[in-house]
Amino acid sequence: MSIIAVENLTKKFGNITAVNGISFEVEKGTIFGFLGPNGAGKTTTINILCTLLSPTSGKASIDGYDCMKESSEVRKEIGIVFQDNTLDKELTAYENLLFHSYLYNVPKNERKGRIDDALNFVGLYERKDEPVKRFSGGMKRRLEVARSIIHQPKVLFLDEPTLGLDPQSRTNLWEFISELPKKHDVTIFMTTHYMEEAEICNKIAIIDKGKLIAQGSPDDLKKMVGGDVIYLKTKDNSIAIDEIRKNLNLDAEEKNGEIFISVSKGDACIPKLINTLADMVLSVRLQRPTLNDVFLKLTGKAIRPEAVSGGDELKESIRSYRRKFDRG
Amino acid sequence: MRSDLNAIYVIVAREFIKFVRERGRLISTLARPLLWLFLVGGGMSRMVSPDMGMPYMQFIFPGIIGMTILFSSIFSSISIIWDKEFGFMKEMLAAPVSRFSIVVGKALSGTVVSTLQALIILLLFPVIGLKLGIIQILLILGISIILSFCLSSLGILIATFYESFESFSVIMNFIVMPMFFLSGAMYPVKLLPHLLSFFTKINPLTYGIDALKYMVFPEKKMLTHDFPLSLDISAIVLSSVVFVIIAATVFERRK
Repeated sequence: MSIIAVENLTKKFGNITAVNGISFEVEKGTIFGFLGPNGAGKTTTINILCTLLSPTSGKASIDGYDCMKESSEVRKEIGIVFQDNTLDKELTAYENLLFHSYLYNVPKNERKGRIDDALNFVGLYERKDEPVKRFSGGMKRRLEVARSIIHQPKVLFLDEPTLGLDPQSRTNLWEFISELPKKHDVTIFMTTHYMEEAEICNKIAIIDKGKLIAQGSPDDLKKMVGGDVIYLKTKDNSIAIDEIRKNLNLDAEEKNGEIFISVSKGDACIPKLINTLADMVLSVRLQRPTLNDVFLKLTGKAIRPEAVSGGDELKESIRSYRRKFDRG
Repeated sequence: MRSDLNAIYVIVAREFIKFVRERGRLISTLARPLLWLFLVGGGMSRMVSPDMGMPYMQFIFPGIIGMTILFSSIFSSISIIWDKEFGFMKEMLAAPVSRFSIVVGKALSGTVVSTLQALIILLLFPVIGLKLGIIQILLILGISIILSFCLSSLGILIATFYESFESFSVIMNFIVMPMFFLSGAMYPVKLLPHLLSFFTKINPLTYGIDALKYMVFPEKKMLTHDFPLSLDISAIVLSSVVFVIIAATVFERRK
């Protein structure tokens, strides 16, 4: 059953078409990844789904409610972690969540319990009475994730949740996020331009310049760029290559002292190789295509933060200014 | 309805908590009216002859209360620009509450904060030699509440048109200061030339200060108030309604 349905959605800002006729569906209880470089139209799409923007044309609905006509119903069903931090830094962690629980009309007798649970979930319960301005970037993000689940939304939107975080906080945050669908019965819609982060998604849609250019599971998408590559080191490479060609009918070549073999299913192929070559094998290495390879293949360019337009540069400089400001 | 009341309550509570926590803000907003009352008022008292019926420092007292309300209301409301710039506004806009309750909540936040500050200034009345009864004090508080609500709503309306805090000095120099000078706070409005008196008449603060003069000087009618009290109060209430409705409409508009 799909909980988000988007049909032919288009959004124009003056002459610029930010989102150009995209259609997709998100299954209930899954993690859906919306991938693309900066300025591809990810945030615009999220803002339309969250009822903060009106589309120029097309349809969008969440849990059967129309994002344009039934915006207050939609708002009750969704939780959002925006790209920019939206906490009140003067208030404590607990107060920020309490504010949220009033805004979302959480029943009075459940407020405290739900806030405590959410804080425990992200590991911030011990620091609930500290003002948010003393929190690190990673803690703020976790607090925002905690806040977004207080009103028990059916769909959770995460817009670049790991932007600006150090690798450790990123890993930490992904652990929480990947537990959410099971623990809190929520469907996740997330955007990112870090390709490796999208690996946890059940389904991915890739957007570039406002258009969807591919959809599918991470494995499906990787298959589009061909298979895996196995790298072998053996006692005698030329004998090994002959053996592989003869017995397994695979195309093997030598490069920099290693044998490399392109196959569709690398993991299934490795046992066969080892059986064939027996004790000639010194080491085996399997390289699988990444989503970045998918993007590269589809658009002819790598997905990188460098691909920013003027507007994004400005936004980025504001953000870094804010980070400075936050610290001071 | 219930969710809207919750939203209004929590928006006011947030502002109040922040107001209590940031003592620096309280001190700096009280410093301005005190400087005007004692330094400007005290100095001018020696120049302006007392034949107007009272010392100048007493004459400007209602104006100084009005000033306290003006600055603190406008500042409290344009914290909306701050909220926009630092993202917190999104948290409110994405919530399932009406735009109207966000605007009313913000206007009431300004009202609470401004009225408290006006009360602090008001309690200085014995220092400048005024005698006020308890009824008078309550009436002055009543006027302060509606005037605070009106000016806070105006502040929100102004804030809806600005996206960044760079506009702060524009608002200060082209809206707040002229509003203060053209309000009858420092001199009777009657003395102004024709063109300027037009601006005093479209300035809601004029009516607020006029109403405060009624309450502070119930007997001395000559140099004090300029309009009937009923006009003062209806002007304040009506303009509040207009400001809130326009601000909520502008807020509601999705791009």
